[in-house]
Amino acid sequence: MAASVLFDAPGPKTKARHRVYTVISSIILLAILAGIIWQLERKGQFAYALWEPFVTPDIMQLILEALGKTLQSAVLAIIGALVFGVIFGAGKLSDHRLLRWPSWVVVEFFRAVPLLMLIVATWFYIGPEQGAKGFTALVVGLILYNGAVFAEIFRAGINAVPKGQSEAAYAIGMRKSMVMRIILIPQAVKIMLPALISQAIVALKDTSLGYAVLATGLTYTAKEIFRTFNNTIQTAFVIAVIYIVLNLILSMIATWAQKRFVGEQKIDLPLVGGLVQSQPMGTGTTGAP
Amino acid sequence: MQVLIDNFDRLLEAFLTTFRLFLVAGGLSLVFGTILAGMRVGPIDVLSKAAAFYVTVFRNTPLLVLLLLVVFGFPKLDINLGYFWMNILALTMYTSTFVCEALRSGVNSIPLGQAEAARSVGLGFTQTMQNVVLPQAFRAVVPPLASVLIALTKNTSLCSVFGMAEATALMKGLLNDNTSQLWWIFGGIALGYIVIVELISTVAGLLERHWRIA
Repeated sequence: MAASVLFDAPGPKTKARHRVYTVISSIILLAILAGIIWQLERKGQFAYALWEPFVTPDIMQLILEALGKTLQSAVLAIIGALVFGVIFGAGKLSDHRLLRWPSWVVVEFFRAVPLLMLIVATWFYIGPEQGAKGFTALVVGLILYNGAVFAEIFRAGINAVPKGQSEAAYAIGMRKSMVMRIILIPQAVKIMLPALISQAIVALKDTSLGYAVLATGLTYTAKEIFRTFNNTIQTAFVIAVIYIVLNLILSMIATWAQKRFVGEQKIDLPLVGGLVQSQPMGTGTTGAP
Repeated sequence: MQVLIDNFDRLLEAFLTTFRLFLVAGGLSLVFGTILAGMRVGPIDVLSKAAAFYVTVFRNTPLLVLLLLVVFGFPKLDINLGYFWMNILALTMYTSTFVCEALRSGVNSIPLGQAEAARSVGLGFTQTMQNVVLPQAFRAVVPPLASVLIALTKNTSLCSVFGMAEATALMKGLLNDNTSQLWWIFGGIALGYIVIVELISTVAGLLERHWRIA
């Protein structure tokens, strides 16, 4: 009956007490909300003039174009990072020390260094000018960082495929590249997909760093808008809402992919135990429909 | 190389700022994240929903936009604590959502049977928590919390855009003056970050060993 390890199913007395807590906490939460709204109102932040830019067609057009640029940088970065990730992930899995070690160093380095640093350094490397140069720096930085993370995901995904799969493939005479291509990758992709999409969300969020290198995109356009109209709070709010909506859509796709592919594996009986158990969070999902 | 030696004191100072941002924001995020997680897993539905809403909103907002809102926007509401604390505020608002999720997944990773077994052998609530649930939760929570803190370390670099003279800001300054020394400057600053990141993962490794099953 109890749905949590933390407490038992409530009895009648506890339920009554919970009702009291519910009322008290509702009042506190409402008070906080009212306080925020009151402070915004008192400082005239709801004035129409400050919100007007976001219903003005010209500026809406500007934001839409910026959104296009941001999505473009995200897509370019994710495609580039996938290539980077597959190369270095495979490198980390290699049997040859000469390949494995450099791949390890590259992946560890780019995972440990702040993304903004990578972007700024790239920007100075190609010449610190705004616009296209900033955009390139942003995409290159995103590729290096997310590529390193993808490499880790790729390696973990391949390792998550039960060992018997590759052993069986070797036993029927496949070569190393064939085992990877025909046996391991198709199975690993399913395991990796949710993690890949989560990382794509991170990449999308990180496109906001274009602000620092004056790359054309949402945050840079935001800067121009709030410099012009002096409406920082409103602009930040609108940009945040755009990012939140985009991220929630991607999250839903990730959840769908998880359900779809974990569900699919459940039908495939010989694989299910091994696959689910070898995933780090496997215990939580085994009972779920 | 010469640039790094010449500016060694500035380098040290900048990394001290980075480390201070990390320590203060990390500490506050752990506290606030724990409160959020408590609300999230607690039995009061309203609090749980409110915490879930907070986490969804602030986890999906880019940190840069949040910094923009807090550092440049909040002063318009007469909320101004100076650059350092405004940066800390934004970092905390953002990082605490990840702390909350790490803690929650740690608690959720403990099978229900553990608590049921503890109760059925006659342990009370406190004993169940103290001897059965929390020791396992700590163990499960260390790696995700460490990765949250490592992400925070790297995220402090964003404060360079918002008036903090920390490591990334220094890198930008040095690059402006000595563009030809790009690789040395980049390597030197990167090394500093790697040291901090290594420090966190080493501590996490020690804690994990400390709490592992004997």
